[in-house]
Amino acid sequence: MAIYLDHAATTPLRREVLDAMLPYLTGEFGNPSSAHGFGRQARAALDEAHQRVAARIGADAREIVFTSGGTEALNLGLKGAAWAGKARGHRIVTSAVEHHAVGHTVRYLEKFGFEIVELPVDRYGRVDPADVEAAITDRTILVSVMLANNEVGTIQPIAEIGRRVHAHRGVLFAVDAVQAGPHVELDVAALGIDLLALSAHKFEGPKGVGLLYIRHGTHIVGQQQGGSQERHRRGGTENVAGAVGMAAAFDLASDERSETSRRLRRLRERLQKAVLAVDGTELTGHPRDRLPNHLSLIARDTDGNAVAMALDLEGIAASVGSACATGSTEVSHVLTAMGYPDEEARGALRLSLGRTTTDAEIDEASLTIPRVIAAMRAGAAAVAADPLGQGALA
Amino acid sequence: MSRILVAMSGGVDSSVAAALLHEQGHDVVGVWMRLHDVADSYSEFKKSCCSLDAADDARRVAAQLGIPFYVMNLEREFDAGVLQPFLTAYLDGRTPSPCVDCNTYVKFGALLGRARHLYDCEAVATGHYARRDVGPDGRARLLRARDDDKDQTYFLYGLRQDQLEHARFPLGELTKPEVRAVARSLGLATADKPESQEICFVPGGDYRDALRERAGWAPEPGPVLDVDGSTLGEHPGSAGFTVGQRRGIGIAADAPRYVSRIDPVSNTIQLGRREDLETRMVPLSGVSFVAGSAPDATVVAGDGSFRAEIRIRHRSALVPARVRPLTAGEPSRGGAWVAETDTPVWAAAPGQAAVLYDGDVVLGGGRIERSAVAA
Repeated sequence: MAIYLDHAATTPLRREVLDAMLPYLTGEFGNPSSAHGFGRQARAALDEAHQRVAARIGADAREIVFTSGGTEALNLGLKGAAWAGKARGHRIVTSAVEHHAVGHTVRYLEKFGFEIVELPVDRYGRVDPADVEAAITDRTILVSVMLANNEVGTIQPIAEIGRRVHAHRGVLFAVDAVQAGPHVELDVAALGIDLLALSAHKFEGPKGVGLLYIRHGTHIVGQQQGGSQERHRRGGTENVAGAVGMAAAFDLASDERSETSRRLRRLRERLQKAVLAVDGTELTGHPRDRLPNHLSLIARDTDGNAVAMALDLEGIAASVGSACATGSTEVSHVLTAMGYPDEEARGALRLSLGRTTTDAEIDEASLTIPRVIAAMRAGAAAVAADPLGQGALA
Repeated sequence: MSRILVAMSGGVDSSVAAALLHEQGHDVVGVWMRLHDVADSYSEFKKSCCSLDAADDARRVAAQLGIPFYVMNLEREFDAGVLQPFLTAYLDGRTPSPCVDCNTYVKFGALLGRARHLYDCEAVATGHYARRDVGPDGRARLLRARDDDKDQTYFLYGLRQDQLEHARFPLGELTKPEVRAVARSLGLATADKPESQEICFVPGGDYRDALRERAGWAPEPGPVLDVDGSTLGEHPGSAGFTVGQRRGIGIAADAPRYVSRIDPVSNTIQLGRREDLETRMVPLSGVSFVAGSAPDATVVAGDGSFRAEIRIRHRSALVPARVRPLTAGEPSRGGAWVAETDTPVWAAAPGQAAVLYDGDVVLGGGRIERSAVAA
């Protein structure tokens, strides 16, 4: 059985979560908008899902909009806030290390006349809160910074950024918490967050469901017209089973958070020690302020895609940092922003643990991964010396 | 069984190659090589990833077979080994053989090197119609496919022993209809996919677009000369022509005229009558021998020459010839030889591959050189 070390990409659906969802995929199939008993049953389940996830982040049930995932939540939050705030200003501040769900969304908005300010990060991928404040002008309507980075695991000083943002009236603070969701305790009030996105499949919930928290009084323009679902903020029949599954998964993850984090940090540190013992490897992201399950590194003189492929052939699922592998040689915008030259950034590798990761798996991975990386470094040197495989030529 | 990397293009041939090796019990790894950016330009989402149809077809077949599958980026290697020589050849008035270079430098070069150095593979397999065995002297041999109509050894002549030892051609004993039948019986997603004939990195089929876009070719008009040296008219740019070309010259003459010679320096196109393009002397450069050395010279005489059959373009007739080194002591790889054919060959295009056979066995080959004598 292969060892799965790519929990930052997605996680397995937890059994208890599936059990919670099943009734709404079978007998209790009603449409929450229907006036009859089937509808009421579904509506009750959906209401309870709102209630449960809201309680976990210090929000009110009516501040939650279920979406098809993190990407939709961010699109809704950013576009919705941008269009709603257009009369007040056109400036949007974000960071250079955001997920494409934010980065590409603001680039889209740029085409419609919004001004996008992309803040730099330090060597560890952190935004300086002072930079955020300095970037805010009276034409600024929105600041969007991720809580934890998906590629390098670095956790941003979100509370401090939130304070700086809210020193300016009328500027909204959006936070992509998709990667942080399972690991970082969220309190939207304490963190000064106006818009927050989560995705269920990052914490053993189902794929195809996420949520956007929208603080009371925050005006956003709906991006999906149709019915009046989710308080007019997202038209379309609700994914009841998905919402129930997300709530169930988030409850479990939240209850077990401190214990899981402690265990994963211990396992990750063990793996990290073994992997970084290989010559030419270097941790990327912040050494302490990082997700407990997340190990990202650069193995110099290797191609991360090739290392991930070799690991897969050895039965270990890892990735280079993001889950889009189609042979593009584009290097990570995150590592570029952190100051890594292309040649180094190509050697990126991400190993992310999850609640279901076992000690035995980390034991095995701690042997296999260093061996594979070392072999790849040697093999890559041979390939680099003879890129077209013409070695027999004198 | 050993681990074999299969170069899967997303077509039916390489799909079946993977399927057959898998059936034989090999540890098969499917790889789709990203060689250029053409697939991107087909997409409405230009430059985006996740839109490569051929890769998706290969991926589907790999999933059907239950084998691991990866996309490997070899754009830089393809550019150095195939694309640049292709462009250079045309700009130099020659006709390139990019598929030969792709096999020598990419599939059984860059890819094979990675397969062995990085992924612990014994061999690279492709969907080529060709056969490989081990001869009586223990050396690997390259043999024509059983399906003579589909034989692709013309494109594989450049393989050396160290490459051929680690090459596998699972389709060598099959005909194309048999390959389709296998694909259909396995329900492979690519079973009825039409054959692609065009050069893979020239999507529209007109290589002159590639010259303009990739090499910055700015065609300049030049003279078109007739047999007697008189100027018949003007051409729009000599790199846009190939020896043996008849259409598209835009010249009217009493009898059919063909491009017989392209001079990139004077930007001149020389025309000839059909018979003017016949020759019995085919000079070859960059010659390589599959066995690692030229066939035993004693067969003919002491001058190092040997008898062979020569093919000067894909699927053209095999013509018996005497092949001799241009000077004494030509190396077994990279040397200059000349083939003297028993009967004339027509329109030997400089730059194109010429392949030497002994019956079914591929001896080697080289690139056709400009003849010292004007055609």
